Amino acid sequence: MSVAAEPFLQHHFTTAEQQADAGKIGMWLFLVTEILLFGGLFVGFAIMQGLHPEAFLQAHRHLDRTLGFINTVVLLSSSYTMVMAVWSAQNERRKRLIVYLLLTIAFAGVFLGIKYIEYSHKFHEGLLPGRFYHHAGDTVPGQFMFFSFYFMMTGLHGLHILGGIVAISWVLRRAIRGDFSHKYYTPVDLVGLYWHLVDVIWIYLFPLLYLIK
Amino acid sequence: MEPNYLSTPRGLKSWLTTVDHKRIGVMYLASILFAFFLGGVFAILIRIELLTPGRTIMSAETYNRVFTLHGAIMIFLFIIPSIPASLGNFVLPLMLGAKDVAFPRLNLASYYIYVAGALLAVGAMVTGGVDTGWTFYTPYSTTTNSSVGLMTLAAFVLGFSSIFTGINFIATIHKLRAPGMSWFKMPLFAWGIYATAIIQVLATPVLGITLLLILMERVFSIGIFNPQLGGDPILFQHFFWFYSHPAVYIMILPGMAIISEVIPVFSRKTIFGYKAIAYSSIAIAAVSFLVWGHHMFVSGQSQLANAIFSFLTFLVAIPSGVKVFNWIATMYKGSISLEAPMLYAISFLLLFAIGGLTGLFLGALAVDVHLHDTYFVVAHFHFVMMGGTVMAFLAGLHYWWPKMFGRTYSEKWARVAAALIFVGFNVTFLSQFVLGSRGMPRRYYNYLDQFQPLHVFSTVGSWILALGFFIMAGYLWVSLRKPCDAPANPWGAVGLEWQTGSPPPEHNFEHVPLVTHGPYDYSQPVSEPEEVQA
Repeated sequence: MSVAAEPFLQHHFTTAEQQADAGKIGMWLFLVTEILLFGGLFVGFAIMQGLHPEAFLQAHRHLDRTLGFINTVVLLSSSYTMVMAVWSAQNERRKRLIVYLLLTIAFAGVFLGIKYIEYSHKFHEGLLPGRFYHHAGDTVPGQFMFFSFYFMMTGLHGLHILGGIVAISWVLRRAIRGDFSHKYYTPVDLVGLYWHLVDVIWIYLFPLLYLIK
Repeated sequence: MEPNYLSTPRGLKSWLTTVDHKRIGVMYLASILFAFFLGGVFAILIRIELLTPGRTIMSAETYNRVFTLHGAIMIFLFIIPSIPASLGNFVLPLMLGAKDVAFPRLNLASYYIYVAGALLAVGAMVTGGVDTGWTFYTPYSTTTNSSVGLMTLAAFVLGFSSIFTGINFIATIHKLRAPGMSWFKMPLFAWGIYATAIIQVLATPVLGITLLLILMERVFSIGIFNPQLGGDPILFQHFFWFYSHPAVYIMILPGMAIISEVIPVFSRKTIFGYKAIAYSSIAIAAVSFLVWGHHMFVSGQSQLANAIFSFLTFLVAIPSGVKVFNWIATMYKGSISLEAPMLYAISFLLLFAIGGLTGLFLGALAVDVHLHDTYFVVAHFHFVMMGGTVMAFLAGLHYWWPKMFGRTYSEKWARVAAALIFVGFNVTFLSQFVLGSRGMPRRYYNYLDQFQPLHVFSTVGSWILALGFFIMAGYLWVSLRKPCDAPANPWGAVGLEWQTGSPPPEHNFEHVPLVTHGPYDYSQPVSEPEEVQA
């Protein structure tokens, strides 16, 4: 029995490979549920945009495309550093793993910082969801609906970024402790998968909200 | 007595922090049975109120809350988690020859999330209750002053519990089957649970976001479901049924899965049409996502959509029929013994056939215009959910009870209870088909005098049902009080879960089992004849 040599192997698995595969299946299924969770909002957005195309077109002009674009670049960069973190874990480069994880967390922080700037700008102008909307000088009515969705979608996405920061910090702690080897790096792998999904959702959110034609 | 999962390790803390799928299954079982009791109390109250037109024991406002809580508790706290999370959790890994589910800690988390959701639901009850019906239809649900917010939050939280169970089971079935157990050597219970888990994973998140949208609508008036603000209340119905129709298959597929186990054992025959039953579970799961519009035939959706949804609804009858005929063919020329699990399985066959066929009435466009929102719908739903799922759950509970607790129950009283429950059920709900087809609307507090005899009939039936359940609670409780007496394989079944002790040891098996034959191989004498009860 090689159980003693592989402390990460849980008692109900026979091999490390079986455990890693099970973990991956679990994570992919979780990602599917995430897509469906956001899917409801995307469908709702599409239908409401169909009902109120003028209002949505007008409302989206209040968004700052430059900041949105910068945030897209920031998140894409974080995806790159995450991939490199997984690669470092696979190849047992512990220092690089730690650096890349730190970089990913830093990019996530920058993203949230820029989001904060955008949000406070919207709050200031009264571009708020639902009944709290009080922007002056609208020519097209019903723009509150766009901001209802803007805040729900980016808000839910922001929560996922926060969750990602927590998850990556947990992996970081384990990396510092030296838990990972080329035989066992599943947590890095799985958190990486999650992080890419959060990025991909933003890739869809950015054109949907910021680039309406 | 040999150490088993019930006795070692000892102590309350070891139970509350356990990651053993068997203990989690038992904790789930206790919880859902309590929920079933609570929902049952509300059901009895509904029936008593309907003894007479107008006020009998409660006001109309109270009545609205009582039927809402009956529905919400039975759906979200009892029937959705019932079979998968309790019996499934317990027997699935045993059937697969595994030591545990793939993610034991996630399993425990799902239980505590369930408890948290249940507490939120209790919170909604004590802070004024909910009066929308379990379907939370807008715009009423976004404007009423009752505790819709807490109740939707409860259902949202419970959804995560359901998703985690589903993810766990899919990964378990994929990766933890014993050596030699190919997909088509799996017991059909595993196929049913697999199909269920797929729906849990794919449909539940949509309900989650829908309930969040209701919360947002209540707090922020975001407008999506409010026509005054430019939204669309029908969109809520689409969202809601996109989950909640597949959800009724989350409820029935595990029931069918149990029936596929019980019938071969008590007919002493190999299951007829193994692959057809396995594939039909997957087919039901697939079609379940395409039929949600049949709840909305009179909502004003397009006639084309109605026709398509009606046609797709009829499709569900094919895999369901395949299963029913295969079960009957399994019994044909079998050596049938009528112990309690089999009595419930046969009840299932009869009642599910009625429930399924009346589903076709409701899926037919012209008929549905007449029957929509009447007691016919209530009766149909209870025939498939209670006559189907609950009967199957009881079959499974009686079938695996000796395995779970190592104790046998009184077979005599079990038969009495089964008879009472079967009779009581039919008295309660057959009358509601008649009421509905004559125009009695669902959820009404008051009714025309001409409906009273049938309402009284139905109410008396609910008392017979209740008596049956009290007897069951009695003999099951008595069985728990006595020392372990069940043999490892009291039914002479060939499934892997019967190849280990009753109750099983902490890690399920002494040795990893090697699977060499199929799951229903009754063509040879049972391998351990000395353990078969006389």
